[in-house]
Formats: sequence, C-alpha cells, structure tokens
Amino acid sequence: MKKLLSLLVATAMTVSLCACGGNDSTGDASGEATTDTAAENEEAAGDEANAGTEAEGDAAQTEGDSASAGNGVMPAIAKEDLKIGVIHITDPAEGSGYTYTHDLGIQGMQKNLGLEDSQIVRKNNVNDTDATAIENAIRECVEDGCNVIFATSWGFMDTCEALADEFPEIIFSHGTGYKSNGVNFNNYFGRIYQARYLAGIAAGLKTESNKLGYVAAMGQDNSEVTGGVNAFAMGAYSVNPDCEVYVKVTNSWFDPEGETQAAQALVDLGCDVIAQHCDTPNPQTVAEQNGVWGVGYNSDMSKDAPGAVLTSVMWDWSVYYTWAVQSVMDGSWTGENYFGGMADGLVTIAPLSDLCAEGTKEAVEEAQNKIVKEGFNVFDGVIETNDGNTVGAEGSTLSDGDITGNMNWYFKNVVVK
Amino acid sequence: MSSGGGNNQKEPVIRVVKRSERPAKEIIILRLFAVALSLLAGGIFIACVGQNPFTVYKTIVSGACRSVMAFQGTVKIMIPLLITSLGVTLAFKMKFWNIGAEGQLIFGATCATFFALFCSEWNHVVLVIVMFLAGIIGGGLWGLIPAFFKVKYNTNETLFTLMLNYIALHIVSYLRDGPWTDPAAQGFPKIARFDKNAALDKLFGIQFGWLIALILTVIIFIYMKYTKQGYEIGVVGESQDTARYAGMHVKKIVLRTMFLSGGICGMAGMIQATGSDITLTASVAGGVGFTAIIVAWLAQLNPFSIFVVSFLFSVLEKGSSVVQSEFGLSTDCADVLQGIILFFILGCEFFVRYRFQFAGAAHKEKREE
Repeated sequence: MKKLLSLLVATAMTVSLCACGGNDSTGDASGEATTDTAAENEEAAGDEANAGTEAEGDAAQTEGDSASAGNGVMPAIAKEDLKIGVIHITDPAEGSGYTYTHDLGIQGMQKNLGLEDSQIVRKNNVNDTDATAIENAIRECVEDGCNVIFATSWGFMDTCEALADEFPEIIFSHGTGYKSNGVNFNNYFGRIYQARYLAGIAAGLKTESNKLGYVAAMGQDNSEVTGGVNAFAMGAYSVNPDCEVYVKVTNSWFDPEGETQAAQALVDLGCDVIAQHCDTPNPQTVAEQNGVWGVGYNSDMSKDAPGAVLTSVMWDWSVYYTWAVQSVMDGSWTGENYFGGMADGLVTIAPLSDLCAEGTKEAVEEAQNKIVKEGFNVFDGVIETNDGNTVGAEGSTLSDGDITGNMNWYFKNVVVK
Repeated sequence: MSSGGGNNQKEPVIRVVKRSERPAKEIIILRLFAVALSLLAGGIFIACVGQNPFTVYKTIVSGACRSVMAFQGTVKIMIPLLITSLGVTLAFKMKFWNIGAEGQLIFGATCATFFALFCSEWNHVVLVIVMFLAGIIGGGLWGLIPAFFKVKYNTNETLFTLMLNYIALHIVSYLRDGPWTDPAAQGFPKIARFDKNAALDKLFGIQFGWLIALILTVIIFIYMKYTKQGYEIGVVGESQDTARYAGMHVKKIVLRTMFLSGGICGMAGMIQATGSDITLTASVAGGVGFTAIIVAWLAQLNPFSIFVVSFLFSVLEKGSSVVQSEFGLSTDCADVLQGIILFFILGCEFFVRYRFQFAGAAHKEKREE
C-alpha cells in the first residue's frame, strides 16, 4: 500500500495539479452567494481601494465629465481608473513566440499611455481548453477591478462572450477570433499575410533547391494559417516562379515536439528555407542545425537561431492595445472588430539579416511600398489554386470576410506533405 | 518488515517498524505539526524567490475567499474534486485500485455531452435528468469494464483502469477533431459551447452541482457505514475469502461497487461539462481523477474528511492563481509550493503508521523484554 501511495503521489505531481494547504478558513459561505453583479463590482472596487494600489479621489466625477466627449458605446474611463486584465495562454517569460509578443504589446501600450504597473493584471498559463480555468482567471481580473480585459488566445473566445453578457460594464477584447457583440466584446486581428508576402520574397530569393518548407499549425480548414501559407507562397512566386512551398501541418498551435519533427521532415524533403506558423522557435533551430535557412514568426527569431533566420514575420500588438485603451479613455470605444495591417504598423517583418540573398532588401522594400502606399492587398486579381481552379476576379481583391473566413484553398505552387 | 530476522543476522542500523495505533490526539498533533512544517518549508522557498511568505500565504487564503465571486470560484474547483473523491472511495474501501477515475469522469462527461449537443431542444428538466443518467451510466460502464475482466480473468485492475484513462481521453480528442467539431470554429478543433438549455441551473450563483456534492457526501457516509452493501464492500476489502465464507457473492459485489464508483465519477464529469465548462474539452478532468485519489487517502476514506480535504485543495489551487497575478510569481512556483506542502503532509502519514527503530534501541528493547 505504501508503494501504491507513493506511486499516486508521483502521478499526481506529474499531473501537477493542486495540493492541499493548511489555513484557517472554514465554514460554508455559500449562503452569502449572490448573482448580483452590482454588489460584486462594489466589492471589487472596495478591494482595489483597500489595496491602495490606485489613485483614489474624484474618479466618478471624471468619468461623468468625459463620458459625453466621445462617440463610443461605452462610457469613457479616466486614465487613473483604468485597470487592464491580460489573459495569456503561456508565460511571457518564455522570451520568444506568441505570448511573449502579445506581452510586449501590452508593455508598449503601458509605456505609450503612461500606465502604472499596478494597473496591469496578468494571468499567465491559462489553459485554453479548460473552460473553468479560463472563467476563473477572467473573474479574478474582474475581482481585481479590471475594466478592460484582453484575452490573447483563440480558445478564450466563447468564455469572453459569455462573461461580456454577465459584466456589461467591462470591456472584453479577444485576440485572433471573429465574434463581437458590438458593445463590450470585440475581436482584434491583423493582416499578417502582408508581412508573410514580404517574407516569401526573402525566402524565394534565397532558396537554392527551389523548395521552401512551411510548418503550419492548422490545415486547409483554417483561413488564418492557409492565408498565411498562400501569401508566403505568392511572395516567393513573385520573385522566383520555379519554387514550391512544401507544407507540413502539426494540428496544434503549440506543440514543441511536433514542430521540431515537421521542420526536420521538411529539411529531409530538400527544403532549404523553413518558414513557420506555430508558436515555438523550434523550426528555426532545426533549420540552423541542418545548415539551412528559415523565416521566424511572432517575435524576431534571429536571437533563437542567428545562423539561420533571414527575417521574421512579426506582430506589433502595442499598436492595437494602445489604440484600444486610448479609445476607452476617450469614450470612443465602438466594440467593433479590429483588423489592422502593415500601414497601421500592426504587422511587420524583422530587419533582414546578413544571410539574405543579394537584392532582397530592394525587392522587399518595393513590395512593402506597394502594400503600404499603393493599396496592394496580396490577394488581388485572379489567383490560381493548386487544384487547377481559380479564385477572385480581375480588377478586384478578396474581401476581408473571404480572407479571414473562406481561405480554404492553396496557391498553385503549394504542395501539402 | 519488523518481524522475522534471526538473531544471527546482522541488524540494519535503521529499521522501519509498523507501530501500534497511535492515540487519536497524538495523530492530530502530528498532522498539525506536519502542516506547520510544510508552511515553514514553503515559506523558505517563497523567501528564496524574493517574496514575503506571510503575504503570499495570506493571498492564497484571501484569493480563494476574499469575495463572493472568489468563493464561488473555489467551490467550482471543489465540486468535481469532492464528487470524484467520493467515487474512488467506494472502490478503495473494497481494495480495488481504481486509478481510472479520470477516464470514468471523461467518459461520463462525453455521454452527457451527446445529449447536450444533439437534444438541446428537449424540455430542460427532462434533458438535465437524462444527462445525469447518461453521465452516471457512461462512467459506470467505464468502471465496469475493468471490474468485469478482474472477476472473469483476474486482470490487474490498476493497469487496466489506468489505460482506460487514455482511451477515454482520445475518444474526446477524436470527437473534438471529427464528428463533434464546432462548425463555426473555422478549423479550430473544439466542441461548440452548449445551448443555455443544456447548462445546469445556478443556485446562489454557482451551478447546483455543489448541492449534489454535499448530498452525496452524506449519502456515501450512510451507504458505507449503515447499509448491508456498504458492509459487504468493507468485508470484501478486508478479505475476499472471509466474504465468500460468509456467503457473500464477491463477484457481484465487485461489479456493483465498481459500477457505482465509476458512475459517481462519471456524474462528476457530467456536472463539470454541463455546469462549469458548458462544453466538452480534453481537459474536462484536468487531473482531478488523480488528485481525487490523494484526497481520498489523505481523508482516510472518510466522506466528511474528504469534504474538508477537497476544500483545502481547492483553496490552494484557487489562491495560487491569484498569487500568480498578484506577485508576478510564475505558476511553476505555485506548483513547487503545492508539492512541498503535499510532501510534508503525506510524509506525516508515514509516521502515523510506522516508526524508525535504531539498531541499538532494538537491542535494548529486547533485553527489557
């Protein structure tokens, strides 16, 4: 029995769940429980004041004064009354990748607007498949007095939508999804495909085997990933019509082992530039180990694999976070979905490394100008797909709805492996 | 361990000796001592990472209980843990090593989810009752499978139940990626959020699973202590031969108890999916099935102690989450803290039942005899 007990303990610790602690809180207070949200908010506000972390004073008055200034759907919130909740799927301390990039955006917003550290509440490592954990994390933000909550990962969307109903005075902004209630719940995302097009140019010019690898988190059903593959392939095609893009799908947004394996498989197939749409820098490290090149994603991955990374496709989320919080302060928050692009500065590529082929800088700059200044939207005109059909029409571009929701085809030089 | 060992053999320096029952008061003191020691060790760890242990501990407690909403969050964590612990208790009382609570919970949730997804237009009361039955039967069947093979072919139930966990988990993954995928999710693998009609009602702001958990605590206590079936479970656990000699139908008792044990775990899954998550995910159990085993043993298989222990576990989990955001302490630190506390408290159970005997001391005792 002893053996069994120790086995159980080991198992449970591996599963790393909760443990028990000694404390003196007893009794069943469920009798006090209530669904009255107003009371809860009062309590939350009380907590805040007790903690003494925020400037107190004539907050209510300021709120009333500036409410009339904006034309938004939510009353304005004075800067010192703001409290921002952030729900992260992993830990920003990873120093690279998705969550890190979002947190850089939050930090940028904090700096741009001059918010105190105590005005930001972070919930890290919130499992996006555990609805109860998500809900608890968000409720803890509400308890802390947050009036704007950013949830940075896709899996949090449904919970945000439900809680936006329950807390109509709190703004919920959810990253990379598509739902919105037009008042206190929206989604934000961006035209990352524009940056991928530029990265495709760098890759197309660099490749010697004319085989580009692409580690994709999701398959053809997912517009976001498929659109990124297509933009990358089209960028490569624009400078090197002979190259092909080999795609390997991991079916997970975060799968360090799977991403490593997929990248290795692509290298084994003869690919000499490995691009990626997944969270870890592992594909880049695999490229470096094999003496080939790569294109990173989310953050500048040249620090993870300096010997391989040509450039990285990057988000600058501070552009959105600053805009969103500013609009809350101005009372101009509209609750509409946000879809920013390269012209806004939301998407960009990291500085081209010395590894890039000659002429890359000029080609990339030219395409960037076309996108930012001339309104080139990547998916313009008639596009040939890899199953012999065509998409789009001459003289027009795909609608945002088609780009975000109906991109279920691959460009003609894409091969799924 | 202590018995045997002739005089001519060389004695080890330290031997582990099973001790006779300690008085209850002594056991309580020992446990309180362990708690204090664990808090001390945890405090040193917290101080090492540069935080004040007292404020961190205070935040754990206040994070779990500081407001109605916080307390609701704690109770939400507690509901599946308490019910599942009660479920495994039945099997453990029979000395049937059911490590498969996780799988029974998941499969019960899966069966209930079928009705939540495809029969959401039914009358609410009927639907909730059907989902409860589906959860209980689903979990029960998942518990019955290893029990059947145990009584029929004497298979190893520990391995069998453990393996079934993974099968249940992968069934959910399959349904999530295939037939039950949310069509609106744009290729993101998830099951849709249930219709409001398929969600459990709230009582005092929390899904009414907490009431069921409370009632179940009392029922299990009465069942094990005062019913014939409960008595049979205990006898089979102590000695199957005795049970057989007393004319009990051992196989029937094993099958019945495992169905109940699995059924209760399945119900926990159903309550978690339809009451808290309002969808089915691969983390519907999230390790609760394993934590429940620890809870049940820490509580010595006593339903009321299980209630207390699962509450404390929930406080620590909920409070740790607040500590993470309040102090910027990585969630990994919270895991370390939990590990330390668990280490001491489980370690103390060893001293409740055993003691060390040093070679010299053993001789002295013998001479005194």
